[in-house]
Amino acid sequence: MRVFVPCDAAALSMGADEVAAAIAIAAPNAEIIRNGSRGMLWLEPLVEVETDKGRVAYGPVTAGDVAGLVKDGMLDGKDHDLCHGPTEDMDYLKNQERLTFARVGIIDPLSLDDYKAHGGVKGLEKALKIGAQKIVDEVKESGLRGRGGAGFPTGIKWQTALAQEETQKYLCANADEGDSGTFADRMLMEGDPFSLIEGMVIGGLGIGADTGYIYIRSEYPHAIRTMRKAIEIWDRADLFGRNEDGSPRFDLQIRVGAGAYICGEESSMLESIEGKRGEVKVKPPIPAISGLFNKPTIVNNVLTLASVPYIMANGAKAYADFGQGRSMGTQPFQLAGDIARGGLVEKAFGVTMNELLNDFGGGTRSGRAIKAVQAGGPLGGFVAPADFDMAMGYESMAERGAMMGHGGLVVFNDQTNMGSMARYAMEFCEIESCGKCTPCRIGAVRGKETIDKIMAGEEQGKNLEVLEDLCDLMETASLCAMGGLTPMPVRSALKQFPEDFLGTAPEDSSKQAAE
Amino acid sequence: MATLLNTIEDAKARDICKAHGDKPDELIEVLHEVQAAHGYLSDAALRTIAQSLNISRAEIHGVVTFYHDFKKEKGAKQTIKICRAEACQAVGANELIAEAETHFKTKMDDKAVAIKLEATYCLGNCALGPAVMIDDQLYGRVDIARLKTISNNHKGED
Repeated sequence: MRVFVPCDAAALSMGADEVAAAIAIAAPNAEIIRNGSRGMLWLEPLVEVETDKGRVAYGPVTAGDVAGLVKDGMLDGKDHDLCHGPTEDMDYLKNQERLTFARVGIIDPLSLDDYKAHGGVKGLEKALKIGAQKIVDEVKESGLRGRGGAGFPTGIKWQTALAQEETQKYLCANADEGDSGTFADRMLMEGDPFSLIEGMVIGGLGIGADTGYIYIRSEYPHAIRTMRKAIEIWDRADLFGRNEDGSPRFDLQIRVGAGAYICGEESSMLESIEGKRGEVKVKPPIPAISGLFNKPTIVNNVLTLASVPYIMANGAKAYADFGQGRSMGTQPFQLAGDIARGGLVEKAFGVTMNELLNDFGGGTRSGRAIKAVQAGGPLGGFVAPADFDMAMGYESMAERGAMMGHGGLVVFNDQTNMGSMARYAMEFCEIESCGKCTPCRIGAVRGKETIDKIMAGEEQGKNLEVLEDLCDLMETASLCAMGGLTPMPVRSALKQFPEDFLGTAPEDSSKQAAE
Repeated sequence: MATLLNTIEDAKARDICKAHGDKPDELIEVLHEVQAAHGYLSDAALRTIAQSLNISRAEIHGVVTFYHDFKKEKGAKQTIKICRAEACQAVGANELIAEAETHFKTKMDDKAVAIKLEATYCLGNCALGPAVMIDDQLYGRVDIARLKTISNNHKGED
């Protein structure tokens, strides 16, 4: 009899290891499989038991619950206060469209047999048959766009690299998932690492690269460990042939970040892979023409690459049939912050924010009203409840002044002071700016100081002008999105919640100073 | 002169560089490993790395000071990383930090001998905040009571 206890970092953070150990004692005959997470994070650790009616879910389970659960018939899938019935029938999962995350939470992440049994490696087999140009064409037709935030069409990027005549090219996976409110890359690497590897091997075939790097942030030690093991297993399995010297035909390496948010920006990431300070570089040249070690380089987000095996195996059309307008396919959304049912929801583009927050998320965990949602990470704007009817897509969100980013939604309740959040946005930019360009390096410091003055009631009118001017400068003159987009949360907070900046101010600060 | 050379040699760092083929592009990997071995990056280690990888000490200094992870001084016995990014702030990270500062009698990011509180920006546990990490172990939904227990448990492992 098989029992599944996730080894995903979020599950571990709630005691999954202790639960697994307790099950091993209470049910010595059970075969315990450490799967990825199903993404229903409020139920972690979520234990599943294999029965004749499918896998039955129990959660959140603590180590202390285990003996009682086993006694009450958990191993036979019997009902219990913590039982949610068959996992597949749970609304949260049933109402999703899981393409990229199809296997996450289901398979043993490090079992290549399990991976193959659930449709893995089929994309690579097809790619090997059709060759470089057709791989790139297929990705173009699928409408796949960069899931890291910029949303650039992946196929077009690949075409540029394929067209370069250099013999040495590189493919890099950006796993520097630094945006607060996002954890999909981490979950995928911990729950289905082979899909990222397969996507990279296919990408390598498509653009003509024989070397790949996965740049993983150091804050993700579990993902780093799983990916290292997965690469070893993949290389040993020899699915893709070897060079004459016995090395794998696609050489895959991991580079670990060192706590710099900016290294999620592609030019900065490439500098970091070269062992240098992660400073942003001026474009052009774009990396697809001259990137890592000055060779043509493609940088794609983890989710982008992990979507490629599905597209290869099932065809561009199967993927493009999902979504709406120019946002094709699915997006793994991440519900975070003050949310009752936080977790991962993969849905076709076009789902509304309201459906994500309320139907899936169940509103706030605290029970308070939602004040605002930050979409798209620290550089994304705040969305007020009046706009929750917006459809989630690159264009549909931009029209409403919001950003898709990496698909994270952070929920703030009505206790939040949005002036403080705007100040934090500037402070974060100050801490994480690479320092290369002045608008970002100095603008962030001045921005923080100016918001402090406004919130303290110091010459508010004048300082608001300064802040607006500063935001204009940062937006137009910064080298990359860090400085260029930091004004987005600041301005959206100021526009929608001016009372949080101005409200608490004493009427006349000059009087106070005189006292 | 031989004695002078000996004083700058860090055998462990030399070995780590060698394992990475003395390739300068693997500098960050090397720094991670040396720091994991010694707990921090000593001057001797940095000199040895500069020599092994054939890059200037100035360049290494630039890299070490750019990244938040790298420390040039010995750290505290225990470092508690508390996430203060948006998703954790939305569920009380700032309150947790204030309580932790009072309980452990130290300020965020201040130098400490016994227990250091370190700000971190996203541990990827955003649905289960406030998130905390100690010795690469991740914890979710941490309040001050849980933080005290976790901190004690980690002390036991030393």
